[in-house]
Amino acid sequence: MIAIKSVSHQYGAEQTITFADWQVNNGEQWLLLGQSGSGKTTLLHILTGLLKPTRGEIKINDTNIYTLSSKKIDQFRGQHIGIIFQKPHLIKSLNITENLILAQTFAGLTTNKVRIEEVLASLDMAHKKNAYPQELSQGQLQRVTIARAVINKPTLLIADEPTSSLDDKNAEAVLALLKEQSELNQATLVVATHDKRVKDAFNLTYDLS
Amino acid sequence: MSPFKISWKNIWAKPLNAALNILLIAFGTAILTVLLLASTQIEDKLDKNSKDIDLVVGAKGSPLQLILSSIYYIDFPTGNIPMMEAQKLMKSPFVKRAVPLALGDNHNGVRIVGTDSNYISLYGLKLQNGKFWGADLEATIGANVAKEQNLKIGDTFFGGHGLTEMKDEHKDHAYKVVGILAPQQNVTDNLILTGIGSVWKMHEEHADEEHVEEEHHHHEDETAHVQEKDREYTSLLIQYRSPMAVAMFPMMVNQTTNMQAASPAQESTRLFSLIGVGVDTLQWFALLIMFIAAISVFVNLYNSLKERSYDLAIMRTLGASKGKLFSLIILEGLILTLIGTIIGVALGHGILQLIGSYQESSQAKMNGLLFINEEFYLLAAGLMIGIVAAIIPAIQAYRADISKILAKN
Repeated sequence: MIAIKSVSHQYGAEQTITFADWQVNNGEQWLLLGQSGSGKTTLLHILTGLLKPTRGEIKINDTNIYTLSSKKIDQFRGQHIGIIFQKPHLIKSLNITENLILAQTFAGLTTNKVRIEEVLASLDMAHKKNAYPQELSQGQLQRVTIARAVINKPTLLIADEPTSSLDDKNAEAVLALLKEQSELNQATLVVATHDKRVKDAFNLTYDLS
Repeated sequence: MSPFKISWKNIWAKPLNAALNILLIAFGTAILTVLLLASTQIEDKLDKNSKDIDLVVGAKGSPLQLILSSIYYIDFPTGNIPMMEAQKLMKSPFVKRAVPLALGDNHNGVRIVGTDSNYISLYGLKLQNGKFWGADLEATIGANVAKEQNLKIGDTFFGGHGLTEMKDEHKDHAYKVVGILAPQQNVTDNLILTGIGSVWKMHEEHADEEHVEEEHHHHEDETAHVQEKDREYTSLLIQYRSPMAVAMFPMMVNQTTNMQAASPAQESTRLFSLIGVGVDTLQWFALLIMFIAAISVFVNLYNSLKERSYDLAIMRTLGASKGKLFSLIILEGLILTLIGTIIGVALGHGILQLIGSYQESSQAKMNGLLFINEEFYLLAAGLMIGIVAAIIPAIQAYRADISKILAKN
């Protein structure tokens, strides 16, 4: 599913981070653990095709992604990888449904309203489908960004610090949602965090420290 | 979702910014449209009306005034010329056709032109109804005159002394409408044509009654019992027989007679060079506004780009390519300027139509409903401004390092 082989990335002239090889199989749920500054975000960006590493190769679904053209990488990401960021961010000028249509469009897929209804319903957000982002609470926005990440049935679902700004109860709820959605959509899940509360929810851990 | 919809929605997320940009572009385009349409229409009118007239001979004075009064019917005549003198010129071998004019009267502001049948062939006049004027006091009226003055064949009307107001009516003699011209798309649409004798007749009687003389220097000399030799024309419209006449004939008129010769082509050019200064100034002003509009669109896109860098990064994570973001930004510039130019062109036509409706002179009336091909250049220029203003922000969106933007937040 995901294979990282002898990957290292160089910042500036001297600083280099080297990542241990990593093999993730289909449907697994992983925790990517590391303090801030440990290269967690760098690894996530490398994984998602946003940042080309100085050395090494990344295979996702047997595709060596950095051999693709820039445009192909973008399209590959849109179709196969769903990303959830720490801060939920939607396009303000578009309503919830349009934000999800946008995800379908940019991935090069046709608009599928049935799929949108289905995903929103599974996240208990169907009643907000015509609302604009500024009308939603943080928690609701978080749900919509999860919906956006799974809308195209990605094979890989990646969450970057999804719980760090949430209290215990909400952190637990979001985590449950992520696991539930990744199972529902048969996606491999990778949650990157430094949040100790999350630890116990996962068996598989890739530790950066 | 179409790129157009994405750009469109984003533009209207900030309606005030969008409105300001559109307003500036529309304003600049409107001024340019008005200038373009007005100068085209004026030039067109000048050309059409002086098409087959090589020279105008009239009393000494301003040559421009002579042309304006005898060809475009917008200024006062320079005075009168003795008929005997004029007829000598009409018989000159240089002259193919000479049309005498007697001006000086009007009906409700419509000029009454006394002339002969040569006038018909000079302008290629065609009738819509009735016949051309024959006997004294018969009149053939232009298509617009019939419409605006509500005159039909058989109707009678009075002429008034002067060119604009009905102050001093010739109540003794009524003109009778015997024909209505088909629309000619030139000055004759707005004229009342009659025999030269009719105009003389008005003023002979006028003088007999010893009316108080008005100080219209252009008017017929109103002495009692006008003799043949005292008869006067206002001017002569002349068509040359050969190109040789261009050099010889005007010089002959100016040097050997007490009259002056003026060439419509020369005077139109001179008139345009006078108006030209004003048009140029306005044109630069409009271009300046367009330039400011371009900068405003640029600043708008550039600033919103800073705020939107995270939006754009998210779009990239969703699968949008660099090229896609580039085209989205360009599209926003294009949409803003296209709306602006279309509104501007429409506004320009509206303004011109408004100006036209307030214009008193029917001869130089502007029409806001005419469209010309050059307006497509305005549209193209608007689109160019959109692209130019958006290109730098678009390149920045193209080049943005998403990894950095995402890591920062």
